Amino acid sequence: MPPVTINEEETILGVRRIVNRIGATRADLIPVLQAVTNEFGFISQPAMEELSALMNLPTKEIHSVATFYRMLSTQPRGRHIVQFCESAPCHVVGGREVFASLKQALALEPGQTSPDNKWTLLTTSCLGVCGMGPVILIDTDMYGNVTPEQVKEILSRYE
Amino acid sequence: MKTVRSMILVSNDPESNVRGSEKIFGAFQQQLREYGLTEEVSLSMVSDLGYSYASPLVLIYPEAVVYGPIKAEDVPYIVEEHLYKGRIVEEKRAPAHELSGKVAWLSARKGTLPAQNRVVLKNVGIIDPESIDDYIANDGYQALGIALEKTPDEVISIIKNSGLQGRGGAGFPTGIKWGFVNKTYGDKKFVICNADESEPGTFKDRVVLEGDPHAILEAMSIAAYAVGANEGYIYIRGEYQLAIERVEIAIKQAEEYGLLGENIFGSDFSFKIHVHVGAGAYICGEETALIESIEGKRGEPRSRPPYPTTNGLWGKPTLVNNVETLANIPAIIRNGADWYRTLGTPSSPGTKVFTVLGNVNVTGLIEVPMGITLREVVSIYAKGMKSGSFKLAQTGGSSGSIIPASLQDTPMDFESYKRAGVSLGSGALLICNDEVCIVDLAKVLLNFFRVESCGKCTPCRIGTKRAFDILTGISQGEGTLEDLDELLSLNKEMLELSNCGLGQTAGTPLRDMLNYFRAEVEAHIRLGVCPTGVCPMSAS
Repeated sequence: MPPVTINEEETILGVRRIVNRIGATRADLIPVLQAVTNEFGFISQPAMEELSALMNLPTKEIHSVATFYRMLSTQPRGRHIVQFCESAPCHVVGGREVFASLKQALALEPGQTSPDNKWTLLTTSCLGVCGMGPVILIDTDMYGNVTPEQVKEILSRYE
Repeated sequence: MKTVRSMILVSNDPESNVRGSEKIFGAFQQQLREYGLTEEVSLSMVSDLGYSYASPLVLIYPEAVVYGPIKAEDVPYIVEEHLYKGRIVEEKRAPAHELSGKVAWLSARKGTLPAQNRVVLKNVGIIDPESIDDYIANDGYQALGIALEKTPDEVISIIKNSGLQGRGGAGFPTGIKWGFVNKTYGDKKFVICNADESEPGTFKDRVVLEGDPHAILEAMSIAAYAVGANEGYIYIRGEYQLAIERVEIAIKQAEEYGLLGENIFGSDFSFKIHVHVGAGAYICGEETALIESIEGKRGEPRSRPPYPTTNGLWGKPTLVNNVETLANIPAIIRNGADWYRTLGTPSSPGTKVFTVLGNVNVTGLIEVPMGITLREVVSIYAKGMKSGSFKLAQTGGSSGSIIPASLQDTPMDFESYKRAGVSLGSGALLICNDEVCIVDLAKVLLNFFRVESCGKCTPCRIGTKRAFDILTGISQGEGTLEDLDELLSLNKEMLELSNCGLGQTAGTPLRDMLNYFRAEVEAHIRLGVCPTGVCPMSAS
């Protein structure tokens, strides 16, 4: 993975803005972490330290929550996040073949980010649109009834 | 509501959306303007219309004509023919078996489809979910008014008498749970709606929240009045963006109308609802994990007892109900417990929403009385197998089971399924044909539990991983007969020693696999062959 440069000052200002908007109580922690992930792509070490000071929580506590939930990330990710549903309903209607084709097209295994930082491939549990499996979610775009042949074409829509 | 000559509904569930429902909506807006029909014809985006088969669907009332699948290019012709000239466009009509909801009911009268009796999904696809006026025009908030004129005890006894059981999977009697919270002394109590629907193959709660959000707010208010709470949370999983938006809009509208907030209907009952958005963790559907998560912690289940009914959110007495359970409440209050008992079976009254999936011709959502059989669902609503023959159905999620063909005629209600040693689960019916390998399926299910196990207690954390590894070995031709004994003992250990429902039921696929399909598993081991040809069986 290429080194990721973090603008520490910008991160800290951003985190302060988010905490000001959402709140600094314990119950606000998850919404705050979600907002930080959305704004910066992941929760960096400086962001965690700033949160620790603002919310009066040890960093290990913040880290423990941040690593628990699938939609929060403590690792930098690619520009586009490809999520493949690996639950049974998608699996039995051809998901296995689609996933093989997806892994091949991206040349990635689940959890990996491409060297050019374009893609991160993740598997996910059921996305709740099982009526049209197999399902691929790219960022916030949902693709249903995907066939192995369509995978390349779908990926080519992204810059 | 303004009176109009015709009403157009465009389906906008995520599936229709992917297939261009927004464009269709835009095209209708433009065409109605061109024909000068905007005053006479109303146009709404609605949620799921039941079947995803022919989406995007367009419904036009009062004729109740269903068009689908529709493309934006079809719109000018439909407007010209149907709305301007008054002629139904026959060639664009959805075939009969793709109808749903009210429409299914209409065609049922003509004898083409058995009626779906909709209680939970009564308004879904019929009203504009972003309009509180639409909800009110369809008996909305009437039940809250009725409830507030009764005492909390009277409300609870109606729910008890109705026999309503929790629809999240466990089937606990709802009225009794309400009674527990009501009887617990507390200066502060909470009502939580569990909308962290993450059981694989289940999306009934999403459809209710997207299609009829006010019904859940009304039901939560009734529950809060009955148990003595004045604050509530809806915990919606983060993946359900549209549901989150719709619920937030609904809360704002209800507050503006004084249906949420201080002194509702001039009574001394006050109630406020917050939305909590999940951050992606299946385990948060477990009620104590959900509570931990609202408190800003890792979603790890608590040890029980004490139960949330006495020590819930921030240690206060808390009622947690599933979306589908709550969606039944307003209808029960309006029509009475006796009416509700006319639906379903004596031990499991009411209807159940199922999501029908897998290798069948029609997939989607159905609401049917409790006690229908799997064979009826497959042959009537799913219109038969798409290919191959029926092998098994998986009833969804951690509390679900694998249902073999021999149990196809067992009534689907909590009681009968329990007697047969299987479970109804969350309402997903994943229908599998004879091309599905049982080992491969069990592997996928166990992988799910392995990934989603929160890791707090050892039997579940290690057990799910170990079982997955053994199944992987069997699928690669490396299995031994001793492995099967180990799988059974893993099931027993997880069942008896795990802290919460996830671990306790994670072994169910193993047990069912060996109960009903042992020969197929042994073929992998003794003969080194996967009978369906699905498993790689590479090692030899």
